[in-house]
Amino acid sequence: MFYREAGQYKTTYAADMAVFPIRQDRIGLAVILAIAFIGIPLIGNDFFIATVMIPFLVFSMAAIGLNILTGYTGLISLGTAAFMGVGAYSCYKLTTLFPGVNIIVLMLVSGLFSAAIGVLFGLPSLRIKGFYLAVATLAAQFFLQWCFVRVPWLFNYNASGAIEVPQRDLFGIAVTGPAALPETRYFVCLGLVVVLTWFASNLVHGRLGRSWMAVRDMDIAAELMGIKLLNTKLIAFAVSSYFAGVAGAMMIFLWYGGGEANDVFTIRLSFNILFMVIIGGLGSLIGSFFGAAFIASLPTILKFGLPALGVPLSGAAAEHVTFMLVGALIIIFLIVEPHGLARLWQIGKQKLRTWPFPY
Amino acid sequence: MKKTNLMKGAALGALLAAGAAVAPASAQDSVYFANNAYRTGPFSGSGIPIGDGMRDYITMINERDGGVNGVKVVYEECETGYDTKKSIECYEQAKSKNTIVYSPWSTGATLAAIPRAHIDKIPILSMAYGLSASADGTNFPWVFIPPMTYWDGASIMVRHMAAELGGMDKLKGKKLGLIHLDAPFGKEPIPVLENLAKKYGFELKLYPVAAADMQNQGSLWLSIRRDRPDYLYNQGWGAMNPTAVKEAIKNNFPINKLVGVWWAGGDDDARAGGAEAKGYKSLNFNAAGQNFPVVQDILKYVVEKGKSTTPKEKVGENLYNRGVYNSMLVVEAIRNAQKLTGKKVVNAEDMRRGLESLNVSEARLKEIGMGGFATPTTISCTDHSGHSKAYVAEWDGTKWTQKGDWLEPLKDEVRPLIEANAKDYVEKATGWPKRTEPCEKSS
Repeated sequence: MFYREAGQYKTTYAADMAVFPIRQDRIGLAVILAIAFIGIPLIGNDFFIATVMIPFLVFSMAAIGLNILTGYTGLISLGTAAFMGVGAYSCYKLTTLFPGVNIIVLMLVSGLFSAAIGVLFGLPSLRIKGFYLAVATLAAQFFLQWCFVRVPWLFNYNASGAIEVPQRDLFGIAVTGPAALPETRYFVCLGLVVVLTWFASNLVHGRLGRSWMAVRDMDIAAELMGIKLLNTKLIAFAVSSYFAGVAGAMMIFLWYGGGEANDVFTIRLSFNILFMVIIGGLGSLIGSFFGAAFIASLPTILKFGLPALGVPLSGAAAEHVTFMLVGALIIIFLIVEPHGLARLWQIGKQKLRTWPFPY
Repeated sequence: MKKTNLMKGAALGALLAAGAAVAPASAQDSVYFANNAYRTGPFSGSGIPIGDGMRDYITMINERDGGVNGVKVVYEECETGYDTKKSIECYEQAKSKNTIVYSPWSTGATLAAIPRAHIDKIPILSMAYGLSASADGTNFPWVFIPPMTYWDGASIMVRHMAAELGGMDKLKGKKLGLIHLDAPFGKEPIPVLENLAKKYGFELKLYPVAAADMQNQGSLWLSIRRDRPDYLYNQGWGAMNPTAVKEAIKNNFPINKLVGVWWAGGDDDARAGGAEAKGYKSLNFNAAGQNFPVVQDILKYVVEKGKSTTPKEKVGENLYNRGVYNSMLVVEAIRNAQKLTGKKVVNAEDMRRGLESLNVSEARLKEIGMGGFATPTTISCTDHSGHSKAYVAEWDGTKWTQKGDWLEPLKDEVRPLIEANAKDYVEKATGWPKRTEPCEKSS
């Protein structure tokens, strides 16, 4: 009734090819952006913004990165956390070497270092696929993590091996460092995520995205059609690692605010991001957001929300209940829809079109 | 009751993102103390006794005395699973509920909280863990690391070695091996040990254990067999410690020459080695066992009344008592803050003053039923650690016993290193706030 494209005529090819061809979708997107940019900073308190929203945005960014590689190009990677680490450490090195350069620029630049490392570790993907490639990327995870501990130059010879995030300002407002307000950090995260999601959306809907999907569906057929596997796969690794790198820099600079960074970028984080992509939906940008919300934010909301609602849980008990609930939900969602939350979302929209008189 | 409702309100607001719920104000007759616990995850074996000890002592104070001078301590645990990400959430929660002190319980959580705490004005009490350099109160007014730092611990290890060998001059030509977790926590003692090795002419051998290989130390012990160090110091945590004890026995390393840092002194760490673990040593700054009035009071007012989940036989274990010691520091700091400010319900800023002039004397320890439980500790404006004494505890096959005297750390070696490191930290963190808090007159 409400969600129907009847009466919306497309008169140009451009309108027909649009990413959001239906007017209601465009309105919906505008509403989501308005909530994100205006609603949440207005009504959310510091705790909510700092522990739910900022992590959600950081993980969305990382999940988009991995989705480009795994969901769109069909290459499994277990090195996402390591690539995030490269972004974080290069951002730290850059900002200590060039303290005058704007931190947001440096975050975007540090993704390039991550992209370069990603290409290097993506080289085996030309020969191997599937689980074997996953194991090869595991090498990246272990090697880079070893570097984060063993190369003191990376953390400026800090005695405890930690990254100390310095204060950096934008228009006179602290963006990073302990003095930065959660709202400020949230806005920077949100800005980066919105801009880079728009960029990713354009990539996957364009020629490059189509060649990625062709490689994913059948690489021999894609090669026969004239897609160069070498370039396509390596660009996928580069773009994916770029997103991961920016997410890593955001993670340390805008969320953690320093600390034992080598302790953060572990194999566990890599797996978590892979789960986000699988549960959110392979080959879907909105699925990356769903996955991040489900794996990263839901446990936090349950852990702190349930006791707040009056459920008599405290400390470890809340944690155990959260583990069980999230575990059960993962199983339920995967039984209901193996293609992830994004597919559920699509089915829901389809049903809404014919509501209230389905045929 | 009003307070809990407000808390519910605040967190509900967070849950629904509906409305900036007002941060809960402390109710009139209580102070809120948030403690990070890790009763889940790979380190829960150590986290459970520590959390039990901390909780039971606070419950005992509330039950026996009706709180600290009539002010109840509302103790709440936030589960971290020893994960820095969750610790950050817990920090934010503690902040939004106006905790009087933040107790991070992991080095990673401490490092992440230090810069924030100086802005948010919440004192951090990292009891003998965390950033060694934070013992410099001039640069870190909001961080407290009593009764000692890892660097003090390493220097006590060298003193212990010298005492057994018969004097500092006998150290020449000896070999000390350091088994350490290959992470910031594990690498902490290296600078001090390197300095001391140079000074006293002993050789330092490093045996790093990667976090992923904590339970797989076979190759490392092959090198230990080859190098034949005279002593081994184990800066380990979690599953790494029982593995090291078992490997030492398997490789015929004399178990009485293996000394762990205080976090390697859990009852379960030593128990893993079986009967042959007898003689395993660990540094310690609190006594184990139930033979103290304070532990008896906990049994009487808390455990036997069913107000605790701790099994009775676990009360008095080494790590349990360490939790008790930590809570004691908190309670004594509240008392001191009340005395300084004349207020009954203290806030975080009062608590910082209370911690900064904390003086737990021998007489005071006796008064609170802790005579012989720990040594006196004095914190001052510049010295936020106290550099107190520790002793070498020995595992007798069933429990930890005190062998030998309380040893003082080599403060002359440690202090310059702390000050140099603190200066370095502050210089690198641009915009680090200069200390504006006035010093207390020592009481």
